[in-house]
Amino acid sequence: MKVLVAVKRVVDYNVKIRVKSDNTGVETANVKMSMNPFDEIAVEEAVRLKEAGTASEVVAVSLGVKQCQETLRTALAMGADRAILVETEAELQPLAVAKLLKEVVAKESPDMVLLGKQAIDDDANQTGQMLAALMGWAQGTFASKITLADGKAEVVREVDGGLETVSVNLPLVATTDLRLNEPRYASLPNIMKAKKKPLDTLTPDELGVDVAPRLTTLKVEEPPVRQAGIKVPDVATLIDKLKTEAKVI
Amino acid sequence: MSDIPRLVEAHDDIRDAVRKLCADFPGPYWRWLDRERAYPRDFVAALTEAGYLAALIPEEYGGSGLPLSAAAAILEEIQRAGCNGAACHAQMYVMGTVLRHGSEEQKRRWLPEVASGRLRLQAFAVTEPTSGTDTTSLSTTAVRDGDGYVVNGQKVWTSRAEHSDLMLLLARTTPRDQVKKRTDGLSVFLVDMREVKGKGLSIQPIPTMMNHNTTELFFEDMRIGADCLVGEEGKGFRYILDGMNAERILIAAECVGDARWFIEKAVTYANERVVFGRPIGQNQGIQFPLARAHAQSEAAALMVDSALARYEAGVPCGAQANMAKMLASEAAWAAGEAAIQTHGGFGFAEEYDIERKFRETRLYQVAPISTNLILSYLAEHVLGLPRSY
Ligand SMILES: Cc1cc2nc3c(=O)[nH]c(=O)nc-3n(C[C@H](O)[C@H](O)[C@H](O)COP(=O)(O)OP(=O)(O)OC[C@H]3O[C@@H](n4cnc5c(N)ncnc54)[C@H](O)[C@@H]3O)c2cc1C
Repeated sequence: MKVLVAVKRVVDYNVKIRVKSDNTGVETANVKMSMNPFDEIAVEEAVRLKEAGTASEVVAVSLGVKQCQETLRTALAMGADRAILVETEAELQPLAVAKLLKEVVAKESPDMVLLGKQAIDDDANQTGQMLAALMGWAQGTFASKITLADGKAEVVREVDGGLETVSVNLPLVATTDLRLNEPRYASLPNIMKAKKKPLDTLTPDELGVDVAPRLTTLKVEEPPVRQAGIKVPDVATLIDKLKTEAKVI
Repeated sequence: MSDIPRLVEAHDDIRDAVRKLCADFPGPYWRWLDRERAYPRDFVAALTEAGYLAALIPEEYGGSGLPLSAAAAILEEIQRAGCNGAACHAQMYVMGTVLRHGSEEQKRRWLPEVASGRLRLQAFAVTEPTSGTDTTSLSTTAVRDGDGYVVNGQKVWTSRAEHSDLMLLLARTTPRDQVKKRTDGLSVFLVDMREVKGKGLSIQPIPTMMNHNTTELFFEDMRIGADCLVGEEGKGFRYILDGMNAERILIAAECVGDARWFIEKAVTYANERVVFGRPIGQNQGIQFPLARAHAQSEAAALMVDSALARYEAGVPCGAQANMAKMLASEAAWAAGEAAIQTHGGFGFAEEYDIERKFRETRLYQVAPISTNLILSYLAEHVLGLPRSY
């Protein structure tokens, strides 16, 4: 079977995010960018399926600016076989990404698409679900375990209050949660091999997708600075303050 | 990531991957090793398995055949992540002597073993207790005897000898009074220590102020085969000199990594620590030493790049390699000093790793070559002043 993995280039998780002074977004100039950590988990899962002999080919796909090539090279160094970049300078919102992925899926005919459950930049948590809906495929989101057998998948999902196991037919869109696996780091020989693996570039035009944003960002702001707490002498004062100051009870 | 334009490839992909590997070996791991004076076996194994220590070994011998700048990037990132490459950096440059001057048979026999990690080539025995920096007056002898050599003498500061299978050894094969130049008559041997340990070779650890796994070696009629000789007999000093530029550049890259680690740590702390109702980093007394150390480390990084660019282009780079090593070791020290002062009392607490790195980075103003000797080199060979010693 063939697995398609979507990987997004995001601000590195170690970087302290700064809001642009004109409040239109966050600062990305001269900021270290990396693969979205949930997507690393998706790549790892796909590569493990290949190593186990379940998957025959792993194709990584990224959507966005030219520099997404670096993110794709990371996926290739981890073990993906080849990569596709859908290159555009346009702002891509989840629906546009899902539509583009749908066209890539139509070209590639994978049996499974793996994505991170969300990207750590906009935390939208929408693309996987939208793609499944557009394709009319089964979905297994927030996966902490994926077992494949006989054209079916058993996906253990991390849901509020516990774990839910669903059994779905392939083809499948699965999104990864944190506990699915621990991604490997690339070895030096694999980094070198990745440089020679095929990386094809497409454009939204070629795929016939209109990526114009449907949502408008009004303003991006720093979260309010958290005020220091206070100590109260006893429970009575606490209840009084919750009633009269915080007005929560 | 520094955004200075680079004279050599930045190897960002390799840096990223090394950083990820290093994240599995955080401060507590190194503190535990430090306390136990133990060798970072797991860390070195992880680096070896991922192929990093074989970066410079040509592909035909199982390595990645990368230029020196890749090795510099790897070592810089290790230090920058708070880890300690001293446990294994020697393999990167010691291997070069075998590669450049070894016979085809030696290369085919040893390099694939080293590249795969089946054998470790970490020990480099040059320094002796009585000769010190004056390498050509070393007194360990290797005397031809039938089909081999018999080695007698003593080495000091042979690091990692207990954690290496192979050792590169410099010994005198022709007595000093029988050669025209004092640099003649020395030879390099690649010794399989597994065969001579307890049979002519004894190893004595030297406890030091940091966890460096360095040792003293004693050779007593140690027999080695003639096939241990690397290159031609009597030309060993030149072979060692050949490798020194690579060694200096790589050590300098490590020091740049140290400097950047110290500065990052100190800046974070200076922004967070509030005393007298303001972050301490708001005080110029705290800012300026950090800013100065930053300037020093960026300058040193440029000199490392300059040396790398020349090395990779195959033009003489002795002056740049030496200057890079001196400037980078001093930048790391300035950064360490600023970091410990910024942390106040907490700089002395093991938990912050500052004091450990502070002890570790001090070494590079002394080894593998001390600052005075670099200055003498520059004075004599670059400025044309009379030799001072
Ligand atoms: C932890 C550690 C690990 C080491 N690992 C290795 C290793 O793996 N293999 C190896 O071969 N060696 C190793 N060394 C040895 C290291 O290279 C030497 O310590 C270094 O070259 C200095 O030599 P020395 O200690 O004999 O100092 P000396 O030569 O005695 O010098 C002492 C001081 O005098 C100064 N000095 C000497 N001559 C002059 C002069 N003419 N002009 C001005 N100043 C001068 C020096 O700069 C230095 O400051 C290691 C050392 C240490 C401390």
